[in-house]
Amino acid sequence: MFIVNKYLVLFFISVNLYAQEITPDLGNLAPVQLIEQWNTDVFPDGEGLPKGEGNAILGKQIYQLHCLACHGVEGIGNSADELAGAEHSLTDNPPDKILGNYWPYATTLFDFINRAMPLNSPGVLTHSEVYSVTAYLLYLNGLIKQQTFINAKTLTAIKMPNAKGFINVYDEENSGSIFNLFNF
Amino acid sequence: MKKQVDLITAAKGGLLDRRLFLKKGLVFSVAALSSESLKAESARFPWMQTPGEALSNYGQPSEHERDVIRWTMANSMADGNGVSWTPLHKMEGTITPNGLHFERHHNGVPQIDPDKHQLLIHGAVDRPLIFDMDALLRYPMTSRFTFIECGGNSNAGWRDKPIQTAAGYFHGMASCSEWTGIPLGLLLAEAKVKGRAKWIIAEGADASMMNISIPLQKIQDDCILALYQNGERIRPENGYPLRLIVPGWEGVLNVKWLRRLHVTNRPSMTRNETAKYTELLPSGKARQFSFIMEAKSLITSPSCGQSLEKPGLYQISGLAWSGRGKIAKVEVSADDGETWAEAELQQPILSKCFTRFRIPWQWDQKPTVLKSRAIDETGYIQPERAELLAERSKHGYFHYNAIVSWGVSEQGEIRHVYSE
Repeated sequence: MFIVNKYLVLFFISVNLYAQEITPDLGNLAPVQLIEQWNTDVFPDGEGLPKGEGNAILGKQIYQLHCLACHGVEGIGNSADELAGAEHSLTDNPPDKILGNYWPYATTLFDFINRAMPLNSPGVLTHSEVYSVTAYLLYLNGLIKQQTFINAKTLTAIKMPNAKGFINVYDEENSGSIFNLFNF
Repeated sequence: MKKQVDLITAAKGGLLDRRLFLKKGLVFSVAALSSESLKAESARFPWMQTPGEALSNYGQPSEHERDVIRWTMANSMADGNGVSWTPLHKMEGTITPNGLHFERHHNGVPQIDPDKHQLLIHGAVDRPLIFDMDALLRYPMTSRFTFIECGGNSNAGWRDKPIQTAAGYFHGMASCSEWTGIPLGLLLAEAKVKGRAKWIIAEGADASMMNISIPLQKIQDDCILALYQNGERIRPENGYPLRLIVPGWEGVLNVKWLRRLHVTNRPSMTRNETAKYTELLPSGKARQFSFIMEAKSLITSPSCGQSLEKPGLYQISGLAWSGRGKIAKVEVSADDGETWAEAELQQPILSKCFTRFRIPWQWDQKPTVLKSRAIDETGYIQPERAELLAERSKHGYFHYNAIVSWGVSEQGEIRHVYSE
């Protein structure tokens, strides 16, 4: 009897360990509202894009107020990244690598402006204002018309010229297809 | 006094057996004491004649080391948007003091109140969880020594002419620390990640809310939620109170001021993984998700801007590291890559960690070129610059890891050169 009991106890302990690791579990379940408030991530398929809309005409005014000082007139010049006016292709020497000819997804533009811009007062723009500035920059790059309204649906529909310009190095290495391609 | 030793040549150009310094009590000709300084030794210097300074709450470097500093460079319109380099050329060993760890900020250093900071884990999980700092500090922790290197480190190497700047201000967007914190897999197990999950989008609590997508597999493998750096709580400029450590991968993935982990089935295609941190190839296509920092090495002493006073015996010292694992071997050339000698590696040799290498060198006052090349445990060999350029052209900007060449003139002046 004693022996049987001992093995039973061992059996239950080991099953318990296998079923769940012993961890402190000190987190609180996050409320849905908090997650919705914090989660501003935007995906190329449009997931995460909020309501609101705007076009390049509205966007130009916002750009001049909040962006021009660093990004220059019509996205060219001054201290920050150039946002328009690519004169060279990606195979030229030197190449231009800007929004219109390099960025693969238009949704990235919304995500970045929404979270990080303007640099001196991030978060100050409403979602419609972010859509408007996004529209203005897409317009400056010749990707949409000045009147076109950009919102969750129309932004997702934009096909960027360099959408297929990227090689996923991580996937390639992990699928083993070209392992050690860059091993000299 | 001077021992007469048989100097074993390991390669041309004056490279000697790497174990020489360990075996023999060699006296450096340049460091030999003059009779005058020997006399002074018997006297009391001023600091020996009065009591010294009082105790201090937090120690500072000697005032004579004031030039051992990070070199900072920021956007002219935004002083918090820029980088600072670790002065590798003025350091020894493998650990970077916290005040000298390189920085890259996208919109300044946030001054975070730890009582208000929280970490949210949500998305493809059964139990979305939020942690405050007190809770995280109660978790079992682990430590590991690992380097962090910015994907854009050494990018001046792509330029047509060799940049004439100190080694650290060229290659010092790389630093190495002991990071202590919670294995992230532990918290993900508590949140119960769903089977379809493949990526995690990490976000910081800085003004740029910097975000980037990371494969879940890597997070499970060896990522740490770090609270401590070299024994003390992480400094604000390095992510206080919480930083993600992604050993061996691009620095940008090591998200500072971490506040949110979004578990997903696909990357978000953030600016940092599309417009930046991708490398344009000659074909016009760009490498994306090129996370691993490949093997690199450089001689830190002697290096660009330093000079050799006179011919004689010197110690060549440098750093090597690989994002794929341990450094297996470092070879040094003192004749512009014609012949190579194996350098001594300082123990312990740790995976994805700075490794110090050293080799004795007899300089005969002839002009030459010094180089080092790292080989990691996967067999990867650090490429010559010409090989790297042939593969990638020069517009990739990120992931420059070619062999570094230091030209030595007859006068002993050391300059950065391209040797091809």
